[in-house]
Amino acid sequence: MDTPAGYLHWGFILISIPNLLLIGLMIVLFALALVVPLPGEKEKS
Amino acid sequence: MRSTNAPGPMGERSSSWTARARDEMAERLPMANLLPDRQPYYVGSWVYVFGVVTIAALVLTVLSGVILAIAGPDWWHFSSIGRFFNSVHFWSVQVLFVFMVLHLWGQYFMASWRGGRATTWMIGVVIFAISIGAAFTGYLSQQNFASQWIGVSAKDALNAAGLGAFFNVLNFGQMYGIHVMLLPAAIIVLVALHIVWVRMKGVVRPIESSRPASRSTSEV
Repeated sequence: MDTPAGYLHWGFILISIPNLLLIGLMIVLFALALVVPLPGEKEKS
Repeated sequence: MRSTNAPGPMGERSSSWTARARDEMAERLPMANLLPDRQPYYVGSWVYVFGVVTIAALVLTVLSGVILAIAGPDWWHFSSIGRFFNSVHFWSVQVLFVFMVLHLWGQYFMASWRGGRATTWMIGVVIFAISIGAAFTGYLSQQNFASQWIGVSAKDALNAAGLGAFFNVLNFGQMYGIHVMLLPAAIIVLVALHIVWVRMKGVVRPIESSRPASRSTSEV
């Protein structure tokens, strides 16, 4: 926790690896929310 | 009082502002809309859960923040239970922002400002902007090396923008007061308005939805 995070530097893009991982996790979560049915919704439809 | 509030023989509106306000609220937001037990079929998706998770995280953030405000900085820095509540406050804010952004993505791709819902959308935009300010003043209120670094870095940007005289990021008292009072009060009021507007206008239907909402509904 006391050591600075690693950074990715690509052109004008500069982002810490923890932030990049979190954004990736959010995109995965969003995609899952689109395709995974809510419990109990399948039998109702 | 009762006789002045009653509608006239031709059905004209009462001259009393309380009666007019009551009638207006009953017309725009009936109890069946305010506390519904059934929702349209398209609400049965995880995308619609993001907003609720955001509100749950807000409740946890406010509750842990109230405890921190009562006990003070020494407690949240130097006692184990204080550090625990400090961490609960910090991580509930992380969850709040993650799910607020997921909620924003979901509503953006659904174009949820359709059907007269622009006010709901804009209240959400303002909540998002104020939340960034609340998070910023929260980082400044931590009273640790990170908050000092953030404050020293931010002061130049704010001075360059001409805001330093009004918003001094190195003034702990000002930042703490804004963080624990002004911005949370604004967020709570606006979130309540946001929910009332969602209940008044209903949940936006998906763009490609062709099934009528009234034919197939599911309990939520």
